[in-house]
Amino acid sequence: MTAFLAKRIAVGLLTLIVASIVVFAVLEIVPGDPAQLMLGMNATDEALAALREQMGLNQPVVARYLGWAGGLLVGDFGRSFTYSSPVIELIAERAVVSLPLALMALILSTAIAIPVGLFAAARRGKAADTLAMGAAQFGVAVPNFWFALILIYVFAVWLRLVPAGGFSGWENGLISGLRALLLPAIALALPQAAILARVTRSALLEVLGEDYIRTARAKGMPRGAVLWRHALRNAMIPVLTILGLQFAFLLAGTIIIENVFYLPGLGRLVFQAITQRDLIVVEGVVMLLVASVVFVNIVVDICYALVDPRLRTR
Amino acid sequence: MTLWKSILAATALALASSTSVLAAKTDLVVGVVLEPPHLDPTAGAAAAIDEIVYANVFEGLTRIGPGGEVEPALAESWEISDDGKVYTFKLRAGATYHDGSDFDAEDVKFSLERAMAEDSTNAQKGLFAAIDTVEIVDPTTVKIMLKTPQGSFLYNLGWGDAVIVASESADGNKETPIGTGPFKFDKWSKGSSITLSKADGYWGDPVALDTVEFRIIPDAAAAVPALLTGDVHAFPNMPAGDALPQIQADPRFVVVVGSTEGETILSTNNKKAPFDNLKVRQAIAHALDREAIIAGNGSGFGTPIGSHFSPGNEAYVDLTGTYPHDLEKAKALLKEAGFENGFKATLKLPPPSYARDGGQVIASQLREVGIELEIIPVEWAQWLDQVFKAKDYDLTIVSHTEPNDIGIYARDDYYFQYDNPDFKAVIAELDVTSDQAKRNELYAKAQKIIAEDAVNGYLFQLPKIGVWDAKLEGMWENSPVQATDLTDVKWAE
Repeated sequence: MTAFLAKRIAVGLLTLIVASIVVFAVLEIVPGDPAQLMLGMNATDEALAALREQMGLNQPVVARYLGWAGGLLVGDFGRSFTYSSPVIELIAERAVVSLPLALMALILSTAIAIPVGLFAAARRGKAADTLAMGAAQFGVAVPNFWFALILIYVFAVWLRLVPAGGFSGWENGLISGLRALLLPAIALALPQAAILARVTRSALLEVLGEDYIRTARAKGMPRGAVLWRHALRNAMIPVLTILGLQFAFLLAGTIIIENVFYLPGLGRLVFQAITQRDLIVVEGVVMLLVASVVFVNIVVDICYALVDPRLRTR
Repeated sequence: MTLWKSILAATALALASSTSVLAAKTDLVVGVVLEPPHLDPTAGAAAAIDEIVYANVFEGLTRIGPGGEVEPALAESWEISDDGKVYTFKLRAGATYHDGSDFDAEDVKFSLERAMAEDSTNAQKGLFAAIDTVEIVDPTTVKIMLKTPQGSFLYNLGWGDAVIVASESADGNKETPIGTGPFKFDKWSKGSSITLSKADGYWGDPVALDTVEFRIIPDAAAAVPALLTGDVHAFPNMPAGDALPQIQADPRFVVVVGSTEGETILSTNNKKAPFDNLKVRQAIAHALDREAIIAGNGSGFGTPIGSHFSPGNEAYVDLTGTYPHDLEKAKALLKEAGFENGFKATLKLPPPSYARDGGQVIASQLREVGIELEIIPVEWAQWLDQVFKAKDYDLTIVSHTEPNDIGIYARDDYYFQYDNPDFKAVIAELDVTSDQAKRNELYAKAQKIIAEDAVNGYLFQLPKIGVWDAKLEGMWENSPVQATDLTDVKWAE
């Protein structure tokens, strides 16, 4: 198990290094001068030069890469060009919105998808199965921003149960924070739940055809117990894979949803930073997302090993 | 089952009862589309900065009023020497900064010299180029000596970039702006909102509002529900074009279409063939149908213009008839210029809908006279790099939002690449003229020259579409400066 973990972590670290070079290089090529963008069309050349000097844009590329990457190692993400505060502070402020949002969406989608998948698999070919999978097909097809707008009109404008958007901060209480995140989490979770339900169903169906399921049924085990104890556990591997992928997607893919609900999250931050050529913020957020994807993948690998002991020795 | 039902009902009730109560009469929530990068108007061009702090938090020696006129602010009055080179300002006594320190002549000298300094990052450094020295006569009197007379000097001092700051707090203004205005800065929740509150001890008339929250709502689709639920009371610049009729029909809101300083033009590279040929530019002007362009600009609003000047300005001359929409004439001019079969060119479009949507309309209009445009969408950063700096473009659409900026046509090396000594002479004369009637005459002359030269395709003045609660009074209809001046805003009884 230790060797397994060490290998996974080493691969993860290597991924991070390669990613940092790629991210930096790509943003280096992107056209656009941050100083000109900040000072606009009437700026004098003098003022532009002064600002570039202030932002440290005058140093050679390699020196800037090494300075930045070295800073990352000790947790220093640098200072934002546009906001004059440290990148790490900006990220921390935004992460307290995006992380709970992604987690809520993940929990919601799992809570919906697994029972639906189980239910559909247990009633394969019957009306209930058709209905559940039809709903899932709908969930996959509906774009989440459109679904988000419908949710806003029904629950915020019409029923007035939750705010139409915005986030006033956790300091106003857990309930108010959760209420602000509820609709966005549902909008994010629906397409994910639909995919997950389909995967759960098909994984279960495959397992249900196995000999040991027939044996379990033959020895008199009740249907439900067979499904939960034998089938679900064996069907978990593909479900976990999808879950891992989804968490990464949820974190990175909140840009649209955060815009629709004007939530001050990481997606909004990175979107804003890209349009303002606040490269150092973009680099910081992207690296953080890469790191979280790497981390989640390691966790998923560990989960595989927990679910299926055979994988531990590989 | 009953238990389940009652839990559900209780939850719904709890949620419903805790939704926001209608705001009290001294609160205001204003929706803005763009979040400012920081809050120091002397260190950035972003309109989003001025939209929050101008006239509310920071004040200059002069200020621009709702009709675009110059009004006294921190300078109570002023005298101009006969040669137009010495301005003596009498300063407001008793004005204080929000941190309690006093405003005096030192601050004026400091602020102007800071903006002019070598390491200054003021986005409009050019505004201060005429200043030679700033001299403190006594704590409430300042004398500013100019190198050459500048007719627009008082106007220039009213820009957000020329606000007066204190030396003790200037460096922190990006995060914690400290000015002399009627509102003081309270809190900035990054990505979500900026809150101001009434400043105690303001030198002028106290404001009616106690707190103002600027809420950042970047998405047009999100702006409408925010308004409908009452989360936001006012959008000085409403982003939603499609949903406007729905809001107009709702008696709870008013929709006010005003004008901005944004001349939306088809910028033309005047040194690049074939656009260096006057006949070609005239042909383009004849081929453009402004009504159709306005109808397709994303909002359907806008005032047609025939030159680079705001119709809201008293010196405005209507020149939309200089080259009326006439396809036959356009084709004839192209033939004279040797382009009987038309030609191909590129049209670079920045992100706003007036450009991206308007560009499609213009491309189809020019196609009718044989000019085939290849549309190239660009981001702002690319636009600034390629079009504005490198002048690597044929045509582009952009709104010039700086107020009173016809002077850019006299600049060497400006991206239009227009070079006309006659025009430059008019602008030079404007610089040394301070008599308003004479200035208006010169402005008219300037408008006419560039209209006749068809330097650019003059399309329309960008509209300001304001939407707010019908009970709200004192919001500005037009935006002669990019600001959300809330000093006269109050809730009706």
